[in-house]
Amino acid sequence: MREPMNDGRPIFVQIAEHIENEILEGSLEELGQVPSTNQFATFYKINPATAAKGVNLLVNEGILYKKRGIGMFVAEHAREKLIEKRKKTFFNDYVAAMLHEAEKLQIEKETLIQMIEDGQK
Amino acid sequence: MTTEIKADHVSLRLGNHNVLSDISFQLKGDKIYGLLGRNGAGKTSLLSLLASFREPTEGTIRINDEMPFENDRVMNQVNFVYAKDQSNETETVKGMLEFAERYRPNWNAEYALKLVKRFKLPLDQKVDALSKGKQSALDVVIGLASRTSVTIFDEAYLGMDAPARSVFYEELIKDYAEHPRCMILSTHLISEVASLIEEVMIIDCGKLLLHESVDTFMSHGLSVTGPAEKVDQLTSGLHLLKQQQLGRTKSVMIYGQLESGRRAEFESAGFELGPIGLQELFIYLTEHEGDEE
Repeated sequence: MREPMNDGRPIFVQIAEHIENEILEGSLEELGQVPSTNQFATFYKINPATAAKGVNLLVNEGILYKKRGIGMFVAEHAREKLIEKRKKTFFNDYVAAMLHEAEKLQIEKETLIQMIEDGQK
Repeated sequence: MTTEIKADHVSLRLGNHNVLSDISFQLKGDKIYGLLGRNGAGKTSLLSLLASFREPTEGTIRINDEMPFENDRVMNQVNFVYAKDQSNETETVKGMLEFAERYRPNWNAEYALKLVKRFKLPLDQKVDALSKGKQSALDVVIGLASRTSVTIFDEAYLGMDAPARSVFYEELIKDYAEHPRCMILSTHLISEVASLIEEVMIIDCGKLLLHESVDTFMSHGLSVTGPAEKVDQLTSGLHLLKQQQLGRTKSVMIYGQLESGRRAEFESAGFELGPIGLQELFIYLTEHEGDEE
């Protein structure tokens, strides 16, 4: 598992993102059970209220759902929803930063495209 | 029942020195609280009032609506763990645990032994023969296994090395998650406890500077970096904690709630925005003139 707790953003956001990544990468399956907030808290040594806040963020987005008295589960179509959501921010999060750096280094558009093609092979 | 601690206009004078002045706060619910302050700010004095080691000169402290001073019912539920001088403590580790068991109604012997193993404490050794780190570990074991509704750790883990402290944080969170109770951590190792605490209190020169949730507190700090002139222009009038300049790039730390739209304004100006860590916020908020010398 990645160590998500030290990139400066609020910890609950990092917890939510960590769960999202697990779902996107398939470590957490749809309809499968998610570790409890206490387990997250113990694992990352964070306050359980913070862990709960991160989990609730995903409950509100319909990515996770609560079964009373049993625990937290990954919702149906959660993966699809996450892919849609992340695609929307992909340009700002990755492409824009790449273009900015390429401009500084005077990398031509064609070279950039070539790099992407080579990287995908 | 969840715990509630209420301090109402509490002051403490020792001789003619005002150690604490007019402190009021309410700790509602079984949370982990962080009490931060510089050396001599009054942290230990405040905690010793909560633990009824002494009485306030003015004002009142109530724990679950009762006055705690010389009140057995309240006091056996309050545990004040601090670095005591144990150079003459000839009792063994085992003896200390048995002593705690007699006075703490929620004592869990099984849990205590598990912790003793984790901290590698020798049961038959006398306390004065233990290293500083092991003495601290014993304090911490007793503090956790007592499972008191109010547990105060005042720099209790001062002598512990980094691996032992890491075990302490892990056990603290694990046991708190299973048995929620009011815990107060007072420490200089702010970055280590930043993710453990839910609410933060900062005292400075005997006064309560602020008390809010860690999330709210952190959301009030923002570091802004960009071309010096533009940064000066767009941040004028804001509460700046610190300013630094390197060549033509300027970095400022802003404190306070920003009007909506302000952030977007910074972003569209091409500024680099970032959070300010709990420890840094604490440092800049409690910095006094003349400190740099």
